[in-house]
Order: sequence, then C-alpha cells, then structure tokens
Amino acid sequence: MAHRVGMEVSLAVSEAVQMARAEAIAAYPITPQTHIVEHLSSVVANGELEAEFVNVESEHSAISTCIGMSATGARTYTATSSQGLALMNEILFIASALRLPIVMTVANRALSGPLSIWNDHGDIMAARDIGWIQIFVENGQEAFDHSVMAFKIAENHEVLLPTIINLDGFILSHVVEAMEFPDQELVDKFLPPYHPRYCLDPAKPVTMGAFAMPEVYTEVKMAHQTALTNSYEHILKVWKEWGDLTGRHYQPVEKYKTEGAKTLLLTMGCLSEVAEVAVDEMREAGMDVGLLRLRMWRPFPFADLRNAVAGAKLLIVCDRALSLGGAAPPVLAEVRSALYAMRGRPQTASFVIGLGGRDVAPDAFKAIVAQAQEEAQQKPTQEYHIFGVRG
Amino acid sequence: MIEIRFHGRGGQGAVTSVELLALAAINEGKFAQGFPSFGPERRGAPVLAFCRVDDRHIRLRCKISKPDVVVVLDPSLIRIQNPPADLKEGGIIVLNTPKTPAEVRREYGFKHTLALVDANKVAREVLGVPIVNTTMMGALIRATGVVKLESVEPPLKERFGPLAVKNFNALKAAFEQTVIEERRS
Amino acid sequence: MSSKPMDQVTWQEILLGAVLTEPGSAREYNTGDWRSQHPVWTKSRCIRCGVCWTVCPEGAISEEPGGYFDMNTYCKGCGICAKECVTGCISMVPEEE
Repeated sequence: MAHRVGMEVSLAVSEAVQMARAEAIAAYPITPQTHIVEHLSSVVANGELEAEFVNVESEHSAISTCIGMSATGARTYTATSSQGLALMNEILFIASALRLPIVMTVANRALSGPLSIWNDHGDIMAARDIGWIQIFVENGQEAFDHSVMAFKIAENHEVLLPTIINLDGFILSHVVEAMEFPDQELVDKFLPPYHPRYCLDPAKPVTMGAFAMPEVYTEVKMAHQTALTNSYEHILKVWKEWGDLTGRHYQPVEKYKTEGAKTLLLTMGCLSEVAEVAVDEMREAGMDVGLLRLRMWRPFPFADLRNAVAGAKLLIVCDRALSLGGAAPPVLAEVRSALYAMRGRPQTASFVIGLGGRDVAPDAFKAIVAQAQEEAQQKPTQEYHIFGVRG
Repeated sequence: MIEIRFHGRGGQGAVTSVELLALAAINEGKFAQGFPSFGPERRGAPVLAFCRVDDRHIRLRCKISKPDVVVVLDPSLIRIQNPPADLKEGGIIVLNTPKTPAEVRREYGFKHTLALVDANKVAREVLGVPIVNTTMMGALIRATGVVKLESVEPPLKERFGPLAVKNFNALKAAFEQTVIEERRS
Repeated sequence: MSSKPMDQVTWQEILLGAVLTEPGSAREYNTGDWRSQHPVWTKSRCIRCGVCWTVCPEGAISEEPGGYFDMNTYCKGCGICAKECVTGCISMVPEEE
C-alpha cells in the first residue's frame, strides 16, 4: 500500500530514481541539485542500488558519460542546475540526436551573471531547443511521480528520447513535505527493465554518431523532430497508466477553476500552486479568474492550449525567464505562436516574475491580474512587464 | 494553517528544527512544509527557517511574511531582525531568555503572547552544550500544541541516532519550564 | 541506413538515432575524385617491397597479381608513396583536365 511520509523533495527524487532501478548514473554536484545525486551516490555506495555511479570532473563529462552508458543499454540518470546545464549544452543535442533515453532532473536555477544560486527558469529556457522531452512539476509528489514516469516515457520504443524533469530549485527542491510513495512492486510492474533497440555490443556492432553530409542532415533532423512531436501521445499513455495505478492523473495543460473564466493566468512550475491560492481568493471576491498550469513544455501541447483558452478574453502569461532583446519571454512566445491562427483567441498579457529567487506570494498574482485587466482596456504600450522591478 | 518562523544564527540548527517539526506533523497525518531561507549558509550569521502545518496540501512556495508564531533562538537577534514586526495579531513570540515576561515586555515593548524559556540553561544541563534548536521546539510545542510532544521522537531518532535521547530530554525539560503569558491589550 | 544513394534517402528511412548497422559505409565516398595528381609506378624499377602500400594513409594502394602495386579509386593524390618509394619508381602525374 502507498503511504504518506515526510521527506525533502530532493531526496524523494533520488528515491524515485532508486525505485526505477537506474543502472548508470554520472553527475557533478551543483547547488541546488546536489542533494539528489549526493543521496544517490550514498545508496549506490551502500549497495542499496545496484548501479554504476561515475564521479566526473564537470557537467560536460557527466552528460558525455551518460551518453556512453546509455548507449550500452543501461538505464541512465543524471541531474544538474543552471551553469551545469549550460556547460552540458553541446552534448545535450547529441544525446537526443542519438535517441538515448537518459533521464535528467534539472533543479531550475538562474544563470549567472550576476552570480545567483536561486530559482528561476533561465537555465532550461537556454536549453529549450535541445530536442529532449521537457516536463515541469509543481510539488514533491509530482517530482516523485514524474521522475519514475520519465524512464517509462523515454524508453518507450516509439519514443526513445532523453527526458528532463524540471523542478524549481530551493523553493521546491529543499522543502520537507508530505508525499505518497508507492511500493517497489508497483514500480517494478509499471516500469519493466529497459531493452534498447540499438546498443553498443561487440557481438553486434553498430556505428553511433556518424557524420552526416548535407544530403542527409535535413532528413535526420526531420526524423528527430517527428519523434519528439509524436512522443506526445505516448507521454499521455504513460501518465494515464500511472494515474490508474496511483489515482494521480496528469495533463499537458492543467486547468484550475477555469469554468466561465474570462481572465486566465498561465504559469509553469511550482509557482502554479501559489497562483491557485490567489485564484481561490479572487474567485471568492467574485472575479471570473482561472488558471492554466503548463506541465508539458516539449513537445509543446498546441491543441491542449488552444482548447484550454477557448472562451477566455484575456490570457496572462507568467514567465520566469527573459529573452533578452527578444520579442517576448520564452513561454509567451510559444503561447502567442500557438494562438496566432486561432479564431477568437484571447488577448495576451505578459509578466516576468520570480527572477533569481525573488519571492512570489499570492498577492503578486492578484496585482498582476489587476494590472493586466486595466491595461487590456487600453492600447498596449509594452510587449511585457517585469513584475516588481524597482525604478 | 499555522505558519511558524524560526530566527536563529547559522549553526544553531533552525533548519533542523523546522524539518523535524514538519516530519512530526506529517507523521500525525497532517500536511507540512519545512524549509530554510535559501542561500549560502554562514556560521553565526542571522538566518530564518520556516514551517507550515495544515490539514490539507500546502500550496504556498513563498517565505512566511505574516507568521502566527516566531521562535527566537538567540535573543541578540531581537535588535537585528525585530522578529515580531510582522507577526499576526494574536501571534506568539517564543523566546530563549532567562528573563521574566515583565522584564521582556519592559525591555522590548512586546504586546504579543510570550512563551519564554531559558533554553541555554536547559541545553547546557541536559545536552552539555548550548545548542538550543531542539530545546526551543519544546517551548514552541508548549505554546502552540502544533504537534504532540511524542510525535517529535521518531524524527529525532532518525536524525540524531544515539544523541536523540538527550535531545528529546532537553525538549521535554523546556516544555515543562516554559512560562507563558497572554498578550497585553 | 538503406543501400540507396544518400541523396535519395527519405527521413522515414533514417534508422533510430541515425545509427549505422552495416560497417564500411565510407566506401561510398569516392574520395579519389578530389585529387589533382596520382601515382604511376615504373614496374621495371619496382622491387615489390610494399613500402608504398605501408605508408599510404588512405589504404588506397592495393597489391596486384605478381606482387606489384597500384592505386585504387580512393587515392587523393597526396604523394607520400612517391616520396617514400625506396627505388624512386613512383612518379606523380597530374590529373587530366
């Protein structure tokens, strides 16, 4: 039987990786991800998890080692944050192009400079186009659930793509909270051992990572793009299977109190729950405000988003990263593209919040809604606002 | 929901306290969060740690800015941080001090309910060292009943191993010795 | 990858991760069409020692019947064989325009 226990969310993620019976881990410590791999390293050393744990000298080596280990057919895991993810960058594209089902936790943290160890989504937005599946979680329970499910999604023979679970650094990773853990038996039944379609085997040699001439590079990328787009339906199948087993169901775009809402907030990551509290208070005050929580970031759930906004007049997108000098912050840019051809689409408003660990309380969302509703009556003067910036 | 904010200094174990409290509450079937004021820790520097306890899943991911209770591990922090500045009307100040309620009110002008214990003395006597984080949990539990005394024992054992017994004894001693005085209007 | 010429392969025919399951695909690259010169052996002075075969960086020299040597279609015309030939029996001849 599942039982609810208190645990730091980082440790719950390592628990998930252990229950998923990961066979190969290579990682380098970086705040605020360190507790995850520190714990995994100790369970491997104690013999509680039968896996190869490779200590490396950098994140570039961590992901490179993961590629090698995954290519041998081992269930492979790593975790990183911020500068670590940036240092991995060139190799991340190779992992997905080789279609290796590595699972990685990114404890989201602002990128330097100025140096910051605190939470925002700048790190993952700089790695947006790496060709991996990318999921965001909102609380400890989701962090556990999605860490287990990620292996099943990534290793599906119709998918075979590396997968990132994004988990807000500190404000989620370092919180002790209540979570339900399933029995090992349930996880084993849900997640059978990984069988690669191709792997490095001296008895049956293959070449991985061959050079591609201009005559064929385009075709290879088309195959990659199609696989990532098509992973959508398989992700939903895995989520449904897990939901049927645990009672916890997940959707690409989650709706909260959206019935009849003329104004919708859209958030991603664990500030979504803070926004829920604000929506509760606004609903009680008689305002028709609802919330959309974007869970699936890659592949981007275009149809779900269009369905979710139908009937709304104003969509307020809350980003936790900037696109410096660009047209819009990253989530807004995607959302606007998704809605462009939609008949009767809502007007969009955009706020960047919670950069570099800036605290976001429910009142912030109420202030954002008030400002957006007021400006919606006027001609827009700014592409987006950085909420709470002084000066 | 009850929101508790610990005021301490790096190394005094404020973070351990909120984690143990959260674990105790969760073991009772409640929902709870325990988390530090995130950042690079520095021994001796003023730090905050936060605990929320509720009967349902807690959705807040922000710091506690309107606490129901502040727990002050080190009285020297009162002048630096002014812990009760944003305390809720009807909130409680749990303070480590050898002074009486009347002396504390005179010195700091506090109007809120006070829960006072000389935690340094208790910790020195029971633990042999003036580390007051677990001791002050006894005073907090006495003042609020946020968890049952015995609920803290299993997480203490998990965290401290053989040292848990002493820590639990210090916690119980502080629970007994805490002096509570209702708020002044 | 299929046995089709590379410029006719469709994206659906690309194997997972563009993996290559057959060895020797580099044979399809006719590197010899880059060259501006090629070696010519004067058989009367060749002692069939095989130094040219040993030093060729591309494996573009093959042994012929009778123990003499000649280049194949992968020769890029680098000239190392001519430089290293013990008897000087190899000369580099420009490609015809």
